[in-house]
Amino acid sequence: MATLKREVKIVNRYGLHARPAMMLVELANRYSSKIEVSNGQLTIDAKSIMSVMRLAAVQGTILTITADGKDAEDALASLEKLVQDGFGEMEPADDGPSI
Amino acid sequence: MGTDAGNLAEMRIKKGIGVSPGVAIAPAVVMDTEEFDIPMRHVPVDHAQAELARLVKAADVSKREILDLRARTVERIGQETASIFDFHLGLLEDKVLHQKISDTILGGNVTAEYAVATVLRGYAKEFLGMPQYLAERVKDIYDIEKRLLRNLTGQRHESLAHLTKDVIVLARDLTPSQTAGMDRNHIRGLAIDAGGQTSHTAIVARALGIPAVVGLNDVTAEASAGDSIIIDGTRGVVVIDPDSETLANYEQYAIQQVEFIHSLDALRDLPATTRDGHEITLLGNIEFPSEVRTVLEKGGQGVGLYRTEFLYLGSDVEPTEEDHYKAYCQVLEECQGRPVVIRTLDLGADKYTQSRARVPERNPMLGCRSIRFCLQNLVMFKTQIRAILRAGVGAKVSMMFPLITNLMELRQAKSIVRDVIEDLEEEGIEHRPDMPIGIMVETPSAALQCDAAAKEVDFFSIGTNDLIQYTLAVDRGNEKVASLFSAANPAVLHLLRDVIRSGLRHDVPVSVCGEMAADPLFTMPLLGMGLKTFSCAPPALPEIKKMIRSVTMEQSLQVARKVMNFESDKEVLNFLHAAARKVLPAAWPD
Repeated sequence: MATLKREVKIVNRYGLHARPAMMLVELANRYSSKIEVSNGQLTIDAKSIMSVMRLAAVQGTILTITADGKDAEDALASLEKLVQDGFGEMEPADDGPSI
Repeated sequence: MGTDAGNLAEMRIKKGIGVSPGVAIAPAVVMDTEEFDIPMRHVPVDHAQAELARLVKAADVSKREILDLRARTVERIGQETASIFDFHLGLLEDKVLHQKISDTILGGNVTAEYAVATVLRGYAKEFLGMPQYLAERVKDIYDIEKRLLRNLTGQRHESLAHLTKDVIVLARDLTPSQTAGMDRNHIRGLAIDAGGQTSHTAIVARALGIPAVVGLNDVTAEASAGDSIIIDGTRGVVVIDPDSETLANYEQYAIQQVEFIHSLDALRDLPATTRDGHEITLLGNIEFPSEVRTVLEKGGQGVGLYRTEFLYLGSDVEPTEEDHYKAYCQVLEECQGRPVVIRTLDLGADKYTQSRARVPERNPMLGCRSIRFCLQNLVMFKTQIRAILRAGVGAKVSMMFPLITNLMELRQAKSIVRDVIEDLEEEGIEHRPDMPIGIMVETPSAALQCDAAAKEVDFFSIGTNDLIQYTLAVDRGNEKVASLFSAANPAVLHLLRDVIRSGLRHDVPVSVCGEMAADPLFTMPLLGMGLKTFSCAPPALPEIKKMIRSVTMEQSLQVARKVMNFESDKEVLNFLHAAARKVLPAAWPD
């Protein structure tokens, strides 16, 4: 079980603000693998909301997700999909992040 | 005990703002409170595990509180707004965060409070430098910090709620829920770093009848738990580790005061009638339903001012119509048919609303406070009015709007009452449609327009605290100008006289519900101006009654006439002192 790695780009307008960050953390916590996210400068535990917020990932940021464990492959696939789908925020929204 | 203290530590005298009169002498209890510097306090190495356990417990309690809040918010406002609590829960369940706080406790052998504050404030700082919508989450981090600290210190407040010895509480500031949870039998006095005359602490201290001094800046840093403390709420002085001479003087003074207060108990069931037979109505100001009992015990004939702010300050979410209704019904029940004046929400210029405001106001005392805030938050305002009208069925209840500055506001508020009455009629809900409606006269603009307003209201109540502040343009919480705040300023006296006279001309009852009504120095001039109703903090009732019963209307008229001729508050005060002392020497010992 090697460490798997995937690069993703933040596409939704307001980036990893509180709600998407919580979605990412909740999803990561469903897997037993050790999951980390890096923005190039900072590598953090994807299961910690405070840490994910610290990435300050705005629209366009490239993140590297690594996963190590039994369900690493599934974890990466579902996390990648979540980010690519813009955390369900891709419909036109002009009134700022919801929370 | 005191003589020893004199030898061990040097006496320190701190000057603040006396907000509740009287003298108390007792050992200090120093409280840490949220929002302020948490002092770094070391614990013995073998206590670090206990600090970890406190942290876990506080996090658990916080989690339960948030789940509860979220459920209530989903129900009342909707899923979208409630989702902010998911983020709060996420923070509380964050293992990385928990680990970091634990490491701080174990690494430095510090208290859980200190570790929580250090770690969370560290993160908050980092977030402040991020793009705006991420930086806004700093508020949530502070929110969680406050909640954790409250639940951590909450465990210590337990010991404040069950005291076995008399103490004086020293704190940075007190929240409404802290004051509400205090053991009233053993807390002898309050010495507070923050705050001014009208702060919540001041109001509660006066309601409890315990001496309090606020605006002390750093008394919590100067004194430690167990230090001997004298609080002189009359002069606004706190003495730490008094020498034996000072202590003896104050002990003597305290005994005299107690004797005088006891001598007043006999007055409780006697009417508030002047020596020449003029009947005066004495009412109490309350903040909590439970205070009605004190009002009646002290000889009050009803409630002249029921402040409803506590309903909002006591919890994180807005009170429901039922919360209002229940509180009002409790007050009315305890009053047993006596009159009650309910003042609608008077919030705005305080930490509560300012901290929740998206953009804190630069000048909140002149900002969106009180009736202005209500008229801009109609759903909230209507909820309260509905509850007041419902509770008013078969009871002597009046409704009062605060901080009216122009007739349009009054008319708008009254038309909202009519709307609510229509709604209640349509819904077939029992209510009182003919409830008397009055206004607080607490701005110069209201006082100057009272002839016009008199035609549209059922009563006036003069709020002297705000009236003085707005007339003299003085924030009495600001120690640099606090001495300019004076009820004896001739401008204030002229406005008061004009409003009372206007009420008499238009047959509109006038009461004074500010602190001036509780100050026996002003009893005679107010009587002489024609005031028939005084409403004050319950502990002041006996003394005001004593004063009323000691004077004649003729004397009061003379005092009222003469007091208008002075040009400075000093002259006014000297004159009033001399006049009051002549009729009631026991109240003003040398």
